[in-house]
Amino acid sequence: MVSRFDLAGKTFGSRLIIGTGKYRSFDEMKAAHRASGAEMVTVAVNRVPLDRKTESFLDHLDPAMQILPNTAGCYDAEHAIRTARLAREALETDWIKLEVIGDPVTLLPDNEQTLEAARVLVKEGFIVLPYFSDDLIMAKKLLDAGCPAVMPLAAPIGSGMGVQNPSNLRIMREQLPDATIIVDAGVGVPSDAAIAMELGADAILMNTAIAEAGDAEQMATAMKLAVEAGRLAYLSGRMPKRLYASASSPIAGAIK
Amino acid sequence: MVTIILNGEKKEIESEVTLDRLLDLFSLPKQRVAVERNKEVVRKSEWPSTPIRESDVIEVIHFVGGG
Repeated sequence: MVSRFDLAGKTFGSRLIIGTGKYRSFDEMKAAHRASGAEMVTVAVNRVPLDRKTESFLDHLDPAMQILPNTAGCYDAEHAIRTARLAREALETDWIKLEVIGDPVTLLPDNEQTLEAARVLVKEGFIVLPYFSDDLIMAKKLLDAGCPAVMPLAAPIGSGMGVQNPSNLRIMREQLPDATIIVDAGVGVPSDAAIAMELGADAILMNTAIAEAGDAEQMATAMKLAVEAGRLAYLSGRMPKRLYASASSPIAGAIK
Repeated sequence: MVTIILNGEKKEIESEVTLDRLLDLFSLPKQRVAVERNKEVVRKSEWPSTPIRESDVIEVIHFVGGG
């Protein structure tokens, strides 16, 4: 089954993981989640507001979904570790999307702090899925630290720029054939998702590309199809690129 | 009275209050939240026996949409 995705002892029926931020309404989010076929969604950890009543955001998620809390908004290992511990306590899950940001303008990851946090959290029994820059050496270090997968960015968070450095992804795939690689952040349109999957990504995590689409539900369907198409293409093996033409019809035997 | 920092805000509360009571005082939810006292998670089972002391820094978190 092309969509079957095994990760850290669990099997998912989709290679698309999606976020829960930026939707215009809960109904729109739920419709998009359904259409995407995703079986895992990310959520963020945040202070409970003191000045108003809040309803539980989690009530708006399909209970069948695996919830993946993130450490978004953390700028150093210590904050990310504390956030992960809080998320585990509240959700009774060891799964954590580790995100340590290096600066507020680009939201690019701080790889050094990410690695430091990953080492601590793995020792504490967390299933650490780290967001990081698309760098092979960093991927190796995160895997050595005990992360069951690595999550390189395609482009900055929420940028919709698509895979900015396909060579890095391809190198990572070729050099780490057994690693689980989840492209996280930067996908804008289905073709971006397809490219990432064609390059050998095992799964894709996205939020803004669906949530900010004019029709989020329809875009979620498009992303689902793109991820499946890209996966099938990767498994099929693409034709080689050539600088010059290669005729599809026989040249010999054409009438003169 | 004791002064604490609750979710980043300075608050004055009566003395001899437990963490569990603190959540009640501020009408904070108790399901699918987690609490940290001075940077250490306090398990839910320990809320009723955890005293709030002067200068404690308390964080109460829940979940919101995110990517």
